[in-house]
Amino acid sequence: MTSSTAEPAVSVRNVYKAFGKRPQEIVRRVKEGTDRSDLKSLGTAAVIDASFDIPPGEIFVVMGLSGSGKSTLIRTLNGLQPPTDGVVEIMGQDITAASPAELRAIRREHLAMVFQHFALLPHRTVAQNAAYALEVRGESKEAQRQRAEEALAMVGLDGWGDHRPDELSGGMRQRVGLARALAADTDIMLMDEAFSALDPLIRRDMQTQLLELQKDLGKTIIFITHDLNEAIRLGDRIAMMKDGRIVQQGTAYDLVTQPADDYVARFVEEIDPASIPAPGGAA
Amino acid sequence: MSENIILAQETDGAGVPRVPYGSWLEDAFDWLTSTFSAVVDGADAALSTVSGGLADLLAGPDALVLALIFVLVGWLLRDWKMALLAIPLMVFIISADQWENAMETLALVAVAAVVALIIGIPLGVLAAKNSMVSNAVRPVMDLMQTMPALVWLIPAMAMFGLGMAAGIFATVIFALPPGVRLTELAIRQVDQEVVEAGHAFGSTPWQILMRIQLPLATKTIMAGVNQVIMLALSMAVFGGFVGAGGLGNEVSRAINTLDLGLGLEAGLCVVMLAIYLDRVTASIGSGGSLAGRLLRTKGMGFRKATGLASA
Repeated sequence: MTSSTAEPAVSVRNVYKAFGKRPQEIVRRVKEGTDRSDLKSLGTAAVIDASFDIPPGEIFVVMGLSGSGKSTLIRTLNGLQPPTDGVVEIMGQDITAASPAELRAIRREHLAMVFQHFALLPHRTVAQNAAYALEVRGESKEAQRQRAEEALAMVGLDGWGDHRPDELSGGMRQRVGLARALAADTDIMLMDEAFSALDPLIRRDMQTQLLELQKDLGKTIIFITHDLNEAIRLGDRIAMMKDGRIVQQGTAYDLVTQPADDYVARFVEEIDPASIPAPGGAA
Repeated sequence: MSENIILAQETDGAGVPRVPYGSWLEDAFDWLTSTFSAVVDGADAALSTVSGGLADLLAGPDALVLALIFVLVGWLLRDWKMALLAIPLMVFIISADQWENAMETLALVAVAAVVALIIGIPLGVLAAKNSMVSNAVRPVMDLMQTMPALVWLIPAMAMFGLGMAAGIFATVIFALPPGVRLTELAIRQVDQEVVEAGHAFGSTPWQILMRIQLPLATKTIMAGVNQVIMLALSMAVFGGFVGAGGLGNEVSRAINTLDLGLGLEAGLCVVMLAIYLDRVTASIGSGGSLAGRLLRTKGMGFRKATGLASA
């Protein structure tokens, strides 16, 4: 919808995230060229030199196996894990320089998140869960009710608002998680392995539903997954991560036809390039 | 101070001098109480007034009326079985002619438990949110729990003299630790992903606490509340040694006069009170109570009003 603006919705510049007693030291050593496996005694360099821009309205998939740093990377985008080094800009605002209050304001306004294990509040109803972001913003009860209702209808859960999360199946719970993010009505949606805990059939339904919704909503979505088929199906662009680094980013077609290294090549070898539509405009 | 230090005194360890820890601590304690004498006096007045008032209130109505109220409270907070159990407990206390003493002990326990929870729950929350607070609080809690309980009666008496305030002070110290510990544990145990979700949607720390952590920690915090009350009851009886009144006075009188019958009667009344308080408070967090069900039905109405029942 706002894709005419040149400014990216999310801009990530040389982001590092290290865990351990002296994260700065780890980042310094990694920058000097030390291999991250040689720094095990100091801690973990979870994300190494990640850079990308995501234009508004794009679905950007970060793909990698467990331990590749993809969940940490997505958490640097909303400051749940502040980057150790580098800059993250959300709608032009540098979140690494933001005060705690500013960061909260950016999260409320621009960033919603869907979690792998749903992270619903078990003591609240489905409707109250869906309305959480609005409640935090201090919107009126009436506005909360209405928007929660709309969001639940969007994900096919109309009529379930009065139930408790534990009365719902896994797939339905994640629809509540999705409704909570949609009700927040933010420009950007972060989805951390959002469908990974679901059965394959339900996972496919959820992917279809997300693509349907995206046609109307045109949100900027960052989607984390370890499932290549999911990445290819959803992603306008895919970033492949290995050992904390992004080893290749591009369209699914790029990855399948021109893998950057053996790792990516092994990943995509089962995929038939003919099954992926060659990108029309995007390079 | 100097006359207390006898450097030449021998100890069992050859060459290890006797260190007068006791008199040092006494000096420190004297300094504290004289410096903060206004605080001590204020606390004395407040504790005596509140606990005395509560004891008078409980002594007011006829024992049977009050016993009936307790039975009903048991039913309300738990179920009819609790009410049925409460009847013989109450009847025993009345028929042992210890009702008034039991009510005095109950008043002491109630005030001490409330004070312990008012201090303990916020402290536990702070400790859960800040590991520096946690590290500072832990050894203090260890000290409070492992110091022989009766020792606490000495500073209590030094500060407040004989009476209920001294008993309450010692009881608060003894009963506080599980309130702090279980609150900290309860908050830390809340599913991190749910807390993360709260942050991700831009909640303030206060919103996270009130809307996510405390509601999800209630069960464990209530286990702490139960522990605080039970410890308060066991300590309140020792309060008899400092004239805190109630069943404790009977117990200490029985000890002084070697009156086995009186000691057992008063002791059994404590047991009856303990059973009642334990069963009633253990059920509050579980949500299976009649009161819990009533609250939930009320909540359902709220959900209908704000939720999507009409959709």
